Amino acid sequence: MDQLNNFQLLEYGAWGISLILGLWMLFDTIRTNRRYSEDFLTSSREGEIEGVLVIDPPHQGGHL
Amino acid sequence: MTQTTTIHGEKVSLLRVLGPGHVWALGVGIVLVGEYMGWNFAVGKGGAMAALIACWVAGLLYTCVSMIDSEVTSTVAAAGGQYAQAKHIVGPLMAFNVGLFLVFAYTMLEAANAITLGYLIQTVGGMTGATDASGAAMVLHDKPFIVLTIMFLAWLNYRGVYATLTFNLVITAIAFIAIIILFFAVKPWSTDTLQHAELLTGLPYGWIGVIAALHFGLWYYLGIEGTCQAAEEVRSPARSLPLGTMTGIMTLLIAATMTWFICAGLMPWEYLGQAVTPLFDAARLMDSIPLMVLLFIGTIFSTLASANGCINDASRAWFSMARDRYLPQWFGAVHPKYRTPYRSIVFLVPVAVLFAYNAPLDQVITFSILSALLGYTFMTFNVVMFRRKWPLGSIDRGFVHPLHPLPALVLLLLCAATYFAVFLGYGTQLIAMMIFFIVASLWFHFHRYRYVRRGDQFTMPWPRPLGNY
Repeated sequence: MDQLNNFQLLEYGAWGISLILGLWMLFDTIRTNRRYSEDFLTSSREGEIEGVLVIDPPHQGGHL
Repeated sequence: MTQTTTIHGEKVSLLRVLGPGHVWALGVGIVLVGEYMGWNFAVGKGGAMAALIACWVAGLLYTCVSMIDSEVTSTVAAAGGQYAQAKHIVGPLMAFNVGLFLVFAYTMLEAANAITLGYLIQTVGGMTGATDASGAAMVLHDKPFIVLTIMFLAWLNYRGVYATLTFNLVITAIAFIAIIILFFAVKPWSTDTLQHAELLTGLPYGWIGVIAALHFGLWYYLGIEGTCQAAEEVRSPARSLPLGTMTGIMTLLIAATMTWFICAGLMPWEYLGQAVTPLFDAARLMDSIPLMVLLFIGTIFSTLASANGCINDASRAWFSMARDRYLPQWFGAVHPKYRTPYRSIVFLVPVAVLFAYNAPLDQVITFSILSALLGYTFMTFNVVMFRRKWPLGSIDRGFVHPLHPLPALVLLLLCAATYFAVFLGYGTQLIAMMIFFIVASLWFHFHRYRYVRRGDQFTMPWPRPLGNY
């Protein structure tokens, strides 16, 4: 019976983490959409080379 | 506003933080799972020798792909990779189709990887021998882990490209080192363990078996062209993209040959041709627990790395098409904090989950292969047009591929042979896919293209074409 519980726990754990991650992305997407203007969010253009040389990525965003 | 990253004026763009190592990790990470599983179905089609011929013929095909891609992409510093190349060099309709090839190929491959990971976890659950109160064997269901894989990797991608591809770099390197360790563990210099003389039995189905094996021979390298999708996020596109791509294909040629050598010397072709995890099986035959653990970790890591890279690439292609209004512009947004195409990442999550949840693995893989194959065919005439419109010396190139147009011609020939190989096994899917792309092209031409701002889609600082067009 213990084994059955372990397997079920693993499965419920996987569903739970998936749900949290999914909701987090959804919530952050909605929050970001509301916080910034559409023109700003879609202002990216292809091939633009940034003026600032990024030498320390962890302090320039794009990190956990 | 709480903005934690650099934003220039009123603009936000993807972040240029990646180096050649990340490009290598993106390309090799997507592909290396093919060494751990999948390539061996080529053995089932035509025997072990046919799989070796397929390995090297497909290796030649992908060397051509990598060289051509390295040259063209080193000049197109834009997300979308081959889509952006097609837009600049061929035209909008080709670009739309190439964009769809990319999104299909990577999303299907992501779904296939998630299915595989779920299967592996289910298998481990079965190996514990757990039973319920009545003594019946218990089953660890794969669906929760399929969904978790996609959700976790999508979340990682959402949070930033640097962490995503650094993660890929680490797990891909471990998976590659695991193959090297296994190679030396089987003592390739002696016949103590490997029995090639007894196990290699020629071509059981003759040369038609070799042609049929080409279908799965692609699996050794499928996805290396994905390095181009990082073009807008590498610090130095002209240097990093060719370096990462060419070292990537070299890594894969070594890994593919080692993999074949190990497995063909340990297992008869009748077994190898239908094995699910051939490298892991090879480790089990060595009767060494550390090797088994290492190769199991390698299998899991390679699968994760592939799915991770696929999310990265599919979302960049989707984002890039939306930014040019080939798709609704809403998807062309960049997250101001994480600097990722967050809406494209989120949108493709349910698509991948749907395919991973409902579609059979072989169908998902075949659609991925077919989409990729269509993309390779495009590359052949794309590079010929590129050289004619912008001859050498007219535009700065980070890499110039040798012997032009020979690689393009070889690539076209190998693509034709592989279409035939796929047609032998999956003719219906091939025709269905062609019909889908024709219908999508008609929709784009007659409906969607009116929304495209034709001048706005070309913002690269390229000189005017000098060639014969």
